[in-house]
Amino acid sequence: MEIVMAVVIGGLYAAAVYMLLRRSIVKLVIGLVLLSNAANLLIFTVAGLVRGAPPLIYPGEVLPPGISADPLAQALILTAIVIGFGVLAFAVVLIHRAFEVVGADDMDQMKDTDT
Amino acid sequence: MNGVIALPILVPLLAGALSLIFWRSHTVQRALGVLGTGLLLVVSIDLLLQTWAQGHLVMEMGNWPAPFAIVLVSDMLAAIMVLLTAIVGLPVAVYSLSGISVRHERYGYYPLFHLLLAGVNGAFLTGDIFNLYVWFEVMLVASFALLILGGERAQMEGAIKYVTLNLLSSALFLTAIGLLYGLTGTLNMADIALKLGEVEDTGLVTVIAILFLVAFGIKAAAFPLFFWLPASYHTPKVAVSALFAGLLTKVGVYALFRVFTLIFDQDVGYTHDILLWIALLTMLTGVLGAAAQFEFRRILSFHIVSQIGYMILGLALFTPLAILGGVFYIAHHIVVKSNLFLISGLTYQLKGSHELRDLGGLYRSHPGLAILFMIPALSLAGLPPLSGFFAKFIIIRAGIEVEAWFAVGVALLVGLLTLYSMVKIWNEAFWKAQPAGVAAPVPAQGSLIWMWLPIIALAALTLAIGLYGQPLFLMAERAAAQLLDPAGYVEAVLGLDYIESVLEATRP
Repeated sequence: MEIVMAVVIGGLYAAAVYMLLRRSIVKLVIGLVLLSNAANLLIFTVAGLVRGAPPLIYPGEVLPPGISADPLAQALILTAIVIGFGVLAFAVVLIHRAFEVVGADDMDQMKDTDT
Repeated sequence: MNGVIALPILVPLLAGALSLIFWRSHTVQRALGVLGTGLLLVVSIDLLLQTWAQGHLVMEMGNWPAPFAIVLVSDMLAAIMVLLTAIVGLPVAVYSLSGISVRHERYGYYPLFHLLLAGVNGAFLTGDIFNLYVWFEVMLVASFALLILGGERAQMEGAIKYVTLNLLSSALFLTAIGLLYGLTGTLNMADIALKLGEVEDTGLVTVIAILFLVAFGIKAAAFPLFFWLPASYHTPKVAVSALFAGLLTKVGVYALFRVFTLIFDQDVGYTHDILLWIALLTMLTGVLGAAAQFEFRRILSFHIVSQIGYMILGLALFTPLAILGGVFYIAHHIVVKSNLFLISGLTYQLKGSHELRDLGGLYRSHPGLAILFMIPALSLAGLPPLSGFFAKFIIIRAGIEVEAWFAVGVALLVGLLTLYSMVKIWNEAFWKAQPAGVAAPVPAQGSLIWMWLPIIALAALTLAIGLYGQPLFLMAERAAAQLLDPAGYVEAVLGLDYIESVLEATRP
């Protein structure tokens, strides 16, 4: 299972970088979406994939029985998803406004501040 | 439990929340801007004094024991950075009284301003690597909104580059955190430092170190990933530029100092060699980029890049004197660079342009401003007896001690080229005659005294650091000693019992 996840994550990173390198600002944002999802999946995978073992502690115990899933990694991903959602919402509005002001979906038209 | 540490985060958060409540009253928001940052200055000084007296201050959130709790840690480096945040925040808040129009206030300038300060201070004080990511994002979101406040075309274009590269950096940072968590099973920086010592796969540790280097390198605007900075920093209002110039890249530099002294000090020969080359190339490209520019704030933006190189050079040389020099340099740079941006705003107010070609005659009409420009400009170039001289002197002296002759040569050359850029601004904006009929003064909002006061105060601080640098030198010395002794940090955060139990568990 880990190998499948590794391939998926690697593919997501590659696709994200490819999209970021395109000139279209819409594809740029799609690249950012893929990138944040790739990072989330990576955290999910490195924390260990455990099936059907929720980290529940029974009354009177101090530890969950046997090997259980790592709840901390899931908390991290949840936080990262929320943050990612917020900044991506901002990025979408930004490219919308930039499209209105510049009138083109092309990074090559946005070089006024570079020179 | 020490609540003093949380105050530099809570004060701006509270001021920001109150600014939101008084959304309609611009007078209250302005007053909150000055009062909030004034109070921030007071609590920051208090934090610095307590940290000076006690070494490390540690606060465990929710009173859970570390490493399970998120901890706030204040060592000398963090306390100095928090104080510098307030030292930039207060003058910028005063400057905003006449530098930010009612239209921009209506878009929510003040709440965002406070939120940015809270994010910056949170990043300085946290002792948890994932929490550091969260504070970075708090700071970034506030900076995104401040950057596009007003919505002009140049701002949109600059913001796309700024947002994209900073989100890319955040994603890499998150990736590195994930890998580090997979390797050590903890997020507490002190605990990570402790457990990485026991990890056998040092190759993977180096890979993670480089991921952190790239992520923080983008945020610090280090070579070769600095392009977002000169493309965006000259586009927003001057008060926002000054705030960004003083604080944002320095958070990236702070993060580099933190992780490359505390966590990744296993393979210094490899990682700090890369840092050295990055530092030299950053210095050179920044200063050469500035030489080609003729817009006041763009020249200053490129100089931020070049100065970042000196700070990273201090870290890369990795001797007590070099780290001391790096910390001293950060302090000097934040004061000087924010002031130069504020001066560029005042010249815009007086002459109606940021283009050096359209400026002129300022020495004749405003000799006082010319003197005030000379102080930070010559300090940036490193002329004695100003603060920049001692900052450069310490770093170059450290370079000579480890016989890094090439680095010393580059550092001296870049100082000379910085002087060239500053003299260019002086000649064009202050010395030459006013070109005929190009631009008119911009009508100011309210009294210009609110623009003069912060500039005078920051120039006086530059002079003070130059003429009486002993206190800052001693603080930087203590900070460097703490940074080079990560065991002290680990012990202060985790306690001896926990360290003993970890070492016991890993012993064969």
